[in-house]
Amino acid sequence: MKFFLKKFLDLIPTLLGISLICFFIIRLIPGDPVLNLVGERGVDPVRYAEMKHNLGLDLPIIQQFWFFVKNACMGNLGTSIVSNNSVWAEFIERFPATFELGMFSLFFATIIGIPLGIYAALKRNSFFDYFLMGTSLIGYSMPIFWWGLILILLFSVKLGLTPVSGRIELTYDIPVMTGLYLIDTLQSAVVKAEGFAPFWSAIKHLILPAIALGTIPLAVIARMTRSSMLEVLGEDYIRTARAKGMNKTRIVYIHALRNALVPIVTTLALLFGSIITGAILTETIFSWPGIGKWIVQSITSRDYPVIQGGVLIISFIIVMTNIIVDVIYYFLNPKMR
Amino acid sequence: MKTTVLFFLFVSNLALTTAQAKSFVYCSEGSPSSFNPQLVTDGTSTNATAQVIYNNLVAFEPGSTKIIPQLATSWDISKDKLVYTFTLRKGVKFHTTKYFTPTRDFNATDVVFSVDRQRVKTHPFHDVSGGKYEYFDGMEMGKTIKEIKVLDPYKVQFVLNTPDATFLANMAMSFMGILSEEYGSKLMAANKKSDMDTMPVGTGLFVFQSYAKDSVIKYTANPQYWGQHGNIDKLIFAITPDANVRHQKLKTGECQFANEPAPADIPEMQKNPKLTVMKDAGLNVGYLALNVTKKPFDNLLVRQAVNHALNKKSYIDAIYMGNAVIAKNPLPPTIWSYSDAIKDYEYSVEKAKALLAKAGYPNGFETDMWTLPVARPYNPNGKKMGELMQADLAKVGIKVRLQTYDWPTYLKKASQGEHSMLQMGWTGDNGDPDNFLNTLLGCGAVKAGSNYSKWCDQKFNKAVVDAKVQTDIKKRTALYKDAQKIFKEQAPWVTIAHSTVFKAMAKNVKGYKIDPLGHDLFTFLVIE
Repeated sequence: MKFFLKKFLDLIPTLLGISLICFFIIRLIPGDPVLNLVGERGVDPVRYAEMKHNLGLDLPIIQQFWFFVKNACMGNLGTSIVSNNSVWAEFIERFPATFELGMFSLFFATIIGIPLGIYAALKRNSFFDYFLMGTSLIGYSMPIFWWGLILILLFSVKLGLTPVSGRIELTYDIPVMTGLYLIDTLQSAVVKAEGFAPFWSAIKHLILPAIALGTIPLAVIARMTRSSMLEVLGEDYIRTARAKGMNKTRIVYIHALRNALVPIVTTLALLFGSIITGAILTETIFSWPGIGKWIVQSITSRDYPVIQGGVLIISFIIVMTNIIVDVIYYFLNPKMR
Repeated sequence: MKTTVLFFLFVSNLALTTAQAKSFVYCSEGSPSSFNPQLVTDGTSTNATAQVIYNNLVAFEPGSTKIIPQLATSWDISKDKLVYTFTLRKGVKFHTTKYFTPTRDFNATDVVFSVDRQRVKTHPFHDVSGGKYEYFDGMEMGKTIKEIKVLDPYKVQFVLNTPDATFLANMAMSFMGILSEEYGSKLMAANKKSDMDTMPVGTGLFVFQSYAKDSVIKYTANPQYWGQHGNIDKLIFAITPDANVRHQKLKTGECQFANEPAPADIPEMQKNPKLTVMKDAGLNVGYLALNVTKKPFDNLLVRQAVNHALNKKSYIDAIYMGNAVIAKNPLPPTIWSYSDAIKDYEYSVEKAKALLAKAGYPNGFETDMWTLPVARPYNPNGKKMGELMQADLAKVGIKVRLQTYDWPTYLKKASQGEHSMLQMGWTGDNGDPDNFLNTLLGCGAVKAGSNYSKWCDQKFNKAVVDAKVQTDIKKRTALYKDAQKIFKEQAPWVTIAHSTVFKAMAKNVKGYKIDPLGHDLFTFLVIE
């Protein structure tokens, strides 16, 4: 219990530190939200001062930070300079799209990556092993933007199998319940009106972006599984199990895999962070309405409240994921208890 | 696994091949920041609001900058040019939507409501949704309009502080769209004022249905629309930020219109028999501003020498890929009063050298040039253009250091006049020559920050200020032609190019006209 409590207490300085760094870094980037709004037109000094004042940007920077922290503690992350909506409302409207895509790509990466890694470990130094490790190196260093466009050209334009971009066929109007289209399209009202077509459409739209986003995690997971399996397979208890004549499948899938999974779970949690960064590019190519595109847009327009608030929420999610992983660890590995 | 995926694809392909008739999918490049045209200044938001949902009292004739009646059927200008009386169209209905059912037709109170929200600081809606009316303020409408009088429900009068010939053109701009006062009162009573800007109600051809953030906007045709229109039943904006992806979607038929095609994609699009590519000279100008408050550009001979030294033809070929015309005036050729009689400084190293020698710089000098940090239609690649210019200027002995900043900083430092030579450009707002000549080169613009040469020539300024007050178009034309002559002699800029605008659409889309103001008009489109 003490273990969990400590983990949660660690959250506070982490988030405060992230906010502090983020808050000052975005103000170090040259550029000014007001001037960005007016563009080539220019603005006279009086009007400029007025606009700055309206946004609260004329206050001393320490005071601005204090207001941000104070409001954030009360659950108010501020209002976007560009859209005038609250940052939380902007975030929550977009997050399900990123979450759905991220989960789908991690799922894709895991169900393909783990078996490949196990197989490579079992056939160590075979042609397959070398081939797989070579390909995974390519996958790991794949430029996502290029890869996404190649996927579109091949699967959508040449073969006509998948749509180019978007989340669902434009003719459907899906009432928002969770924001996850794979769930919302199964609402009884939708199924009654359109059958399962919207659901398939959502899946079809997910495939290419999930491959693009899942490629790097797939490579990482395959390599990680291989090395982790190799390490475990060399352990004494595996030798003992073998010596007493235990069934090979049982050794690999029960004794070895369970222990090999521990570092893989950690990797998965770390990959969650990289999924969010990868989402920035993937969402732009596939016109995916998620938070990656939102944050990038807010940086170019110097929308300070969105950058601060958005980064804070995302860090919170990543830190929370890590805590959850620690908990899973706790149950997976008796040594931790 | 593979077979399952293929099976899914197969099943879904079968299920999804039935498309809706007469729906038009527009692949737009970004998300609107609001659904109220008063609150936005960017083309993306204007396309999604003013061009589809709203009407103005007067409008630009599609394909030109001529002013035509829209919600006003006629107007009358007093002798002193201070009073504009508009007669309003009868029987115009506001949209009936899921969230609002109008009980009365459009009338003068809607006009007052729409303008006063932006103009009057105490208006109940003034501070709603941030209360920033950049365009209204930027065009100085608050200073122009003295008061608005309702004479009867179908007659409304605008009284101006000073005569202003650009007033009508401003009235046709997106931010002067007419909102429903009745809807406003209803929202005020329900204490949901900000819905005005997210759940729009207008009189335009398209009725707002839904918006999934950063993804899709849906509209349906207004069955009660008052005017002529094409045959689109459903208008869908598919927000697709990447230009290459928009091209692919156009190819696969996922959209019928791709906004802002990438210049590199144009040749392939032109070869595709399923697509139509239209082009027109844009309402823009790319230029090099010479800061006349800094040495040696305070010297007219030096400015003229720089004009002779730059080989504009090579920039058109290398930077714009031929998709531009050489600019000799600050005005683009599509605007009335463009002076074709002006002779440009021809490219000549000898003449440039001679002028420099005469100015007292026989061996040239050292200076800096700021290169545009963002890609704009009027200058797609500032850095590369800077390198070409640097090479050209080196030939006449001018050593140029290239530098740049990120866009907001660039604008700020340039407004303060920290540069010597500056790449800049402009896209017109309302098609009026004033919007180029006065906004970019008038003495008032030095203080306002949009005159990047800091050039304040009394003769030029008198011409453009007089022309703004004058409503007789012949007299205005004469004044603007004089102004262009003075500009050319004084050479505060090197005018570089007017870039070509491209529009790419499916073959079966007919009736599209390129708007010189850069927006996309859907009202008269016909899908065959």
